[in-house]
Amino acid sequence: MNTVSTTDALLYLNGVTVSFDGFRALNELSLIVEKGELRTIIGPNGAGKTTMMDVVTGKTRPDSGEVFFQGTADLTRLDEAKIANLGIGRKFQRPTVFENLTVFENLELSLADSRTTWGTLFGRLTPDRRDRIGATLARIGLTEQSGQPAGALSHGQKQWLEIGMLLIHDRTLLLLDEPVAGMTDRETEETAELILDLAKDRTIIVVEHDMAFVRSLGARVTVLHEGSVLAEGSIDHVQDDPRVIEVYLGR
Amino acid sequence: MALAYSFGPRKSAWSSGFWACFLGCGLVLAAVIPAINLWMPPNSAAALPDYLIPLLGKYLCYALLAVSLDLIWGYAGILSLGHGAFFALGGYCMGMYLMRQIGTRGVYGNPLLPDFMVFLNWQKLPWFWWGFDHFAWAAAMVILVPGLLALVFGWLAFRSRVTGVYLSIITQAMTYALMLAFFRNDMGFGGNNGMTDYKDILGWDVHQPATRLGLYLASVAALGLGYLLCRYITSSKLGRVLLALRDAESRVRFLGYSVTNAKLFVFTVSAVLAGIAGALYVPQVGIINPSEFSPGNSIEIAIWVSVGGRGTLSGAIVGALLVNAAKTWLTGAAPETWLFVLGALFVATTLVFPRGIVGLLRQVRWTRLRAPTPVAAGEQA
Repeated sequence: MNTVSTTDALLYLNGVTVSFDGFRALNELSLIVEKGELRTIIGPNGAGKTTMMDVVTGKTRPDSGEVFFQGTADLTRLDEAKIANLGIGRKFQRPTVFENLTVFENLELSLADSRTTWGTLFGRLTPDRRDRIGATLARIGLTEQSGQPAGALSHGQKQWLEIGMLLIHDRTLLLLDEPVAGMTDRETEETAELILDLAKDRTIIVVEHDMAFVRSLGARVTVLHEGSVLAEGSIDHVQDDPRVIEVYLGR
Repeated sequence: MALAYSFGPRKSAWSSGFWACFLGCGLVLAAVIPAINLWMPPNSAAALPDYLIPLLGKYLCYALLAVSLDLIWGYAGILSLGHGAFFALGGYCMGMYLMRQIGTRGVYGNPLLPDFMVFLNWQKLPWFWWGFDHFAWAAAMVILVPGLLALVFGWLAFRSRVTGVYLSIITQAMTYALMLAFFRNDMGFGGNNGMTDYKDILGWDVHQPATRLGLYLASVAALGLGYLLCRYITSSKLGRVLLALRDAESRVRFLGYSVTNAKLFVFTVSAVLAGIAGALYVPQVGIINPSEFSPGNSIEIAIWVSVGGRGTLSGAIVGALLVNAAKTWLTGAAPETWLFVLGALFVATTLVFPRGIVGLLRQVRWTRLRAPTPVAAGEQA
């Protein structure tokens, strides 16, 4: 497993271990995601899905192991803001939009624009950026809510706004943590379409519980269990794997 | 296009209505009040006695201090309970300049050493008093000393991600530690007694009404400019980053903004404004002593801001003026009740009207505007 070349993989995790008070949330996890791939990650509670995202986005430092982005950037040495500026975006399990800002302002903060304190102090919203926000609003269906505080949106609308916030920044890699949690069936379908559309020009990793949704994405599936990879392949392949059935699907 | 009005960022912070209001208040403070003071006969009902001018000036310094706290508390969620320390440091820098201006007119008549140093048998001026006989140096220190302390303190605190109540506690500890240090005679800042008996500022006698009017007008100008600066910051995109990090700090990091830098910037700006407020305060009240560092003073600033309405800037001014006017009146009329009133105000603003006075007014105006039909608003747009 240690012989894998890191050259073309977009995201490369090798032997990553994270312990919390003796509990191994990640146990020698190795995972490779290629550029342009759409990957779904499933696994029972406590399998390490969210911890894996925390490691990739710099929220948690691994005890050991390597994490590389685009073959060169060592993510274990960078903080959240620097990793985000490399082009890694994350959507959280619970929708976390900025409730006291308007929908428009939420998107404005997510725009690929200067992130420095001076840049934000003196920056102006140019017409083309304003148009971008307008186009994104239309795409996530929130044009009418543009001037409303994001806190006034419904749960599903908040999820969409959060996806919009990822969209507008042109990230290379998107990490989506349970993007359809709490959505209606209709919203779930629309979200699956949106993700497939997005996956055409970027790399996406989706963590999800909803098996119907995972199936509708039709992507390569990685099953995590107790902090490491249990199985990997198409959804039919992993669903037939007896170990997967034992720990997860068969219960 | 019923919804055209809602497309875009919030209403411009620099509308003509705002400027009319701002300049109107500025005109009353900077022209009408001095005019009444100068031209009304002293015994008429509308007269404004001379002693009220430095009192108003003192309130304006408090108002600037409150605005500086609102910038970090109301917008960035940094509740500093040690902001009085920056105010006092600015005040001490000004006090040192004023002490050096006394010259041979002190009780001991020493041309170089302030009285308290002669009293302690010191032979020469400590190195950190160097340059304070020049106003420009003192003015630079008024900005640099609080600014640098805030920069170092903020860098250590924000880099280690100290937030919320923990940050409030360490800011309290900071001002308390400074208070204990300044109480010591061998610190070289006059110890317990502080510094007083000032004579001149820039060659003008600090006791003359004209000088006091000048200091008052300088306070009006400082408050006005400080307010505009804070309004500029909070209405920029940085202001939205601050609001965002106040509500969901880690989310802002994942968007790629440096939370540490943004907080450090406003914290330092805020400390500098507090220092300027302190520097204008000292010549108007005629004394600076270590009690300005007391933790209770810093907590009072937070009460002014919450009474006026935090996250509004103008509310900080309203709160500082009203609470201090009430304090002046009550500590004269019924001194034993003041602390109970102050405590009651804090409880009331926390439980009953958490948005404060200005927040409450805005809410009333907003509901009245929205009340008829939302379509009506759209048609106007």
